[in-house]
Amino acid sequence: MDAPAVIAALGPLVPGAAYEAGASADFATIYVSPDRLVDTARALRDTPSLRFTALVEVTAADYFPRDPRFEVVYHLLSIPNRLRLRLKVRAGDSDPVPTVQGVWPSAGWLEREVWDMFGIVFDGHPDLRRLLMPEDWEGHPQRKDYPVQIRKPAQTYEPLEISEEEFKANLERDRQRRVAR
Amino acid sequence: MPGLRTETMTVNMGPQHPSTHGVLRLVLELDGEVVRSLRPTIGYLHTGIEKTAEQKKWQQVVPLVERMDYLAAQSNSLAFVLSVETLLGLEMPQRVKDIRVLITELQRIASHLIWLGTHALEIGAVSMLFYAIRERELIMNINELVAGFRFFPSYFRVGGLREDLPRGFHEAVNAFLDRFPAKIDEFEGLLSKNDIFMRRTQGVGVISADDALAWGLVGPIARGCGVDYDVRKYFPYCGYETYDFDVPTEREGDVYARYRVRMRELRESVKICRQAIARIPPSGAWACDDPRVVPPPKDKVYTEMEALIQHFLIYSQGFTVPAGDAYVPVEGPRGEHGVYIVSDGTNRPWRIKMRAPSLFAIQALPAIVQGGLIADVVAVIGSTDVVMGDCDR
Amino acid sequence: MAQADAHLHGLDPELPLITTTVEKIVQWARRSAIWPAQFGLACCAIEMMATVASRYDLARFGAEVFRGSPRQSDLMIVAGRLSRKMAPAMRRVYDQMPEPKWVISMGACASIGGVFDNYAIVQGVDQVVPVDVYVPGCPPRPESLIYGIVQLQQKIARSRA
Repeated sequence: MDAPAVIAALGPLVPGAAYEAGASADFATIYVSPDRLVDTARALRDTPSLRFTALVEVTAADYFPRDPRFEVVYHLLSIPNRLRLRLKVRAGDSDPVPTVQGVWPSAGWLEREVWDMFGIVFDGHPDLRRLLMPEDWEGHPQRKDYPVQIRKPAQTYEPLEISEEEFKANLERDRQRRVAR
Repeated sequence: MPGLRTETMTVNMGPQHPSTHGVLRLVLELDGEVVRSLRPTIGYLHTGIEKTAEQKKWQQVVPLVERMDYLAAQSNSLAFVLSVETLLGLEMPQRVKDIRVLITELQRIASHLIWLGTHALEIGAVSMLFYAIRERELIMNINELVAGFRFFPSYFRVGGLREDLPRGFHEAVNAFLDRFPAKIDEFEGLLSKNDIFMRRTQGVGVISADDALAWGLVGPIARGCGVDYDVRKYFPYCGYETYDFDVPTEREGDVYARYRVRMRELRESVKICRQAIARIPPSGAWACDDPRVVPPPKDKVYTEMEALIQHFLIYSQGFTVPAGDAYVPVEGPRGEHGVYIVSDGTNRPWRIKMRAPSLFAIQALPAIVQGGLIADVVAVIGSTDVVMGDCDR
Repeated sequence: MAQADAHLHGLDPELPLITTTVEKIVQWARRSAIWPAQFGLACCAIEMMATVASRYDLARFGAEVFRGSPRQSDLMIVAGRLSRKMAPAMRRVYDQMPEPKWVISMGACASIGGVFDNYAIVQGVDQVVPVDVYVPGCPPRPESLIYGIVQLQQKIARSRA
């Protein structure tokens, strides 16, 4: 099934969406706008002729001097119909993209990784925090304006995971329990 | 006893722990021995391979990509090389395809042997590790014979292979294939009907087929639930459609089913290897004909001017790949993996992204072990065969 | 050992007697039974496992067991690439080891950052822990690691107790 056939199948299911067929060397690629992304995803997953039940990849590419800067890429797989599809969403520097975690649970960590590496915010994601870099890292490493090597000494001590007030409150609570017993 | 108040205990299985899968951190909330919740933290092996690859030329990315999933090294480089060749529009000679199939299947056997050794070690059968590594050493010998390096041979290149097969290759591979099936029987005899192994693995870590697909787990995990998806059968590459092999599946979806799937995959890999080695003539084409990508033979480089210029251009500035993107997945030992390549028409990649099957497995881990015992956590991690280099890249 | 020492100290080889110093005995004991802590990070960990396995048996050099807990070990073989996120954890493991302790940096990534000159990898674990022996390679062959451990044993033999 090539891109025009997928667009023709999706057209009646997702009203108001404007799809664009993309050029590709391997399998069908379509561009979708961010506001229609979740409806398209649901249609792709549930329609019997499409049945893209497996989300294989969520990633992004940074085309820096171009605007919109990012392209978020979704790779989908349909096992019953033996099809693959690439969905692309164009996003600018601080444009949020809706999350597809409600449609495919596997998108959870993949979108976290895209946030971590590129800084693209996913609207509606329950747990958007860093995945691969340390929690307190600044910057989004795979952006094109982030340097490959930074000269920073290795940090050998982690900050405490609870604050000092919480620690003291825990001690006080344990002391109260021992006294009460 | 009524009125007895209990509370849950939070335990940290920190990044350094005796489990041999790498640096994975699990924060477990335990009610006695039962796991109430599990929160994995990854990223302790994040290497920035994707960003580093943007600085290298196309051919130089092959060793970097190999070090991602370090147990299935040649599978990674095959995925990368296939994607670049799709963008370049290159077609490989049949002999190159057969050699690639053979080496990839041997790599699958090597990876499954490490899985078997470490999984059995964590369940308690310590000696399996020694037996499995003993057999793997023979495959390392074959790697060393072919490319001089045990672990990351970088034998696959864009455009074909690095050089022709050495003398003695056929004998070495045939000797291994003659010896190995008896060893698989021995390993199965040790574990498959072993009462302790069965009680620790049957009914543990069950996942249903729909859940597996929803979490993006495609590979031996999905095949243990009954989904017969295998990239080699559904989207064949490298001539796999001409080989005769089965895709083993089981139905229960527990740790024991995944163990049985991988043991049967070992036998299928031996079958494929026998067919491949029978087809490969001892000498012949080892790369495609494209002069932009494949350097000319050395005797021509020393005598002819055009060959010298071509060699110089390939090794100094590298070849350029037409703009576009491609993703050609392969069936690795852990499932489907591939490299998504974006090219902007120059001699360096613009973006590469490697699909990591282990990331999906760890993401699904809390759903799989919910309500199980803490000892089951170790068994399940072993059965999902995660490699942190793959997960964190 | 009795024969060698008898030669050095000029004793009658028939006598069942060794004379030596306390320092030599302590150093001999320390270097002959170095127990490593498991600190395999990445690919070098697999080569370390291959070194421990039956073909290149590491136990014959004294490294009989790889302890799971750093508090019961003498040696930390840093096998693999150290990422910035892992550096604090590694420092804690090193701090938990009791004296005397040694560190072998196995592989190119642990020694100098290896192939990965980027934001995520610490360019050499000697920025975090003091290293005694560097074993180069990517990954080093098991024979190289064994050579590194033998070098460490000779270093212990030369050092003061």
